[in-house]
Amino acid sequence: MSQTLDVRAAPPEVRVTRRSAFARLFTRPEFGALLGAIVIFLVFYSVAEPFRYADSQATVLYLSSTYGIPAVAVALLMIGGEFDLSAGVAVTSSALVASMFSYQLTANMWVGVAVSLAVALAIGCINGILVVTTGIPSFLVTLGTFFMLRGLNLAMTKQITGNVATNDVSNIAGFDSARKVFASQFSVGGVSIRVTLLWWIGFIVLGTWVLLRTHVGNWIFAAGGSAPSARAVGVPVKRVKIGLFMTVSFLAWFTGMHTLFAFNTVQSGLGVGNEFIYIVAAVVGGCLLTGGYGSVIGAAIGAWIFGMVNQGIVLAGWNPDWFYFFLGALLLGAILLNTWVRKRAEAMR
Amino acid sequence: MTTIAPETTQAAPVIRLTDAEKHYGSVIALQGVSLEVSAGEVTCVLGDNGAGKSTLIKIISGLHQHDAGTYEVNGERVKFSSPREALDRGIATVYQDLAVVPLMPVWRNFFLGNEVYKGIGAVSRMDIKFMRKTAKRELLDMGIDLRNVDQSIGTLSGGERQCVAISRAIYFGAKVIILDEPTAALGVKQSGVVLRYVVQARERGLAVIFITHNPHHAYPVGDRFLLLNRGRAIGYYRKDEITREELTALMAGGSELEELHHELERTGGAAAEAAHVLEEEVQELGISRQASGGA
Repeated sequence: MSQTLDVRAAPPEVRVTRRSAFARLFTRPEFGALLGAIVIFLVFYSVAEPFRYADSQATVLYLSSTYGIPAVAVALLMIGGEFDLSAGVAVTSSALVASMFSYQLTANMWVGVAVSLAVALAIGCINGILVVTTGIPSFLVTLGTFFMLRGLNLAMTKQITGNVATNDVSNIAGFDSARKVFASQFSVGGVSIRVTLLWWIGFIVLGTWVLLRTHVGNWIFAAGGSAPSARAVGVPVKRVKIGLFMTVSFLAWFTGMHTLFAFNTVQSGLGVGNEFIYIVAAVVGGCLLTGGYGSVIGAAIGAWIFGMVNQGIVLAGWNPDWFYFFLGALLLGAILLNTWVRKRAEAMR
Repeated sequence: MTTIAPETTQAAPVIRLTDAEKHYGSVIALQGVSLEVSAGEVTCVLGDNGAGKSTLIKIISGLHQHDAGTYEVNGERVKFSSPREALDRGIATVYQDLAVVPLMPVWRNFFLGNEVYKGIGAVSRMDIKFMRKTAKRELLDMGIDLRNVDQSIGTLSGGERQCVAISRAIYFGAKVIILDEPTAALGVKQSGVVLRYVVQARERGLAVIFITHNPHHAYPVGDRFLLLNRGRAIGYYRKDEITREELTALMAGGSELEELHHELERTGGAAAEAAHVLEEEVQELGISRQASGGA
């Protein structure tokens, strides 16, 4: 600058440039969830002796992964400012399509898997297009598709198989290799680990990378934080949102494939209600319901909390009838803690 | 000394609008309006609500097209069909809503839509270090010293956010910035902050079109003043042709500000003087301390 104004902002004063490591951890969106998860872990660890076994932890993590995989995408979608209530039944739809396609047409299992993927992506695409073109809140759009898929799952399955469940696909060519990919298990130090845990970790890493290290992540935050502002600086908000809906349906498909190859048959009524668990995992993990803020790792911790509570109650010998009550109370507690932490974090910034 | 180019200068103004006209159906939104702005110059567009200010900037920024008259950029006649075309020519508009995402960190906002990458192939990723450093440096150049560019932009004051939007436009190659009522929603102190950056932008050789309804904000920083009323120009002055009092008198609704007494009647657009005017104005309004950054 040629001439400097004599009324510059303030004399250059010494500002704190480095925040303490604690402050940086504290201001992360997933911090509250992590704190809650540790508390829950310690509670069950102290009251339930079987909870301390490695096998039990493997089971907890397996359960967590089956909810955590779709929750990765649901969290991304929520950060992008939208909901998907159809994610739970979409898991079942994917499994049904793959199973029935291969069985009825005696096609290789992998053909069914591919067809199912195409169908799943189409569902996500339709959800997304409906939301971005009509401007109707995604809560309503996906509530509609949720009921439609629920009806389709039952009606089509009964129509095709004459039953509410699909036929066993374990004799179909390609089943074994598909099972290896989606539903195998292996042993580490005598503890049986399900492959979904590895996939889950992979999706968490990938989701976090995309969210924090690529422009797409920047656009997701912006689309959810303020869509008009994002559009004004050239972010293709509609494409971002459609992509997010398709990501959800992709991971729903993946979870559906696991269900199919783990159990060989699929109950057409499965999956109803799971969409809320995905959403709750994301919210507990620090995602703002209104979008623009959150983390994939947080959603993973949210799913882990769900898994711990689900298994912990049984392992502690508590009456499992109370499961949903405990779950609700714990989730509420986690959310309150989360909110409190976030407020404190804001004040600390 | 003064930054106003004489009419005889060989360089065409960056933006020149001649007898621009705009109709919306049978409503004449703008008629016979001329305006020019050169590099290193601030042209203020003043007018009350409904005077045609926003129609004018929509034409300049490419959102709408003029129906009659001419629009020249660097002496070349243009008719933009989209804001993108205007942007490609370096004409950036900073709207009132600023196009920032409150929950996102300052540096992410700064580079939103223009993310910088490093590495190739599978390990290609955003160059966060570079973007952080650049955002911090660019803002510091504009006089905003942020403690931490990781803080969400929502924690900044309205004036600072305005300034982030301005410096972002400048960093990404704007030659002309159009500021749509940047001080309208701000208090006096914050307005002072923004006006300082308007002067900064001018000092960096940018052409600035500053839309406002407040002659008090316009006079200290402006080189030319276009007054609009009901879609027509009711006056077009260079700074040496008009005094603050006359400008205020020409503007409807400026009476509250007339109460303030101003000793400064000096002409000329040097930044230091403008800042001086500004400072005095701010002092007169009873604000002793300049706005400081951070939350």
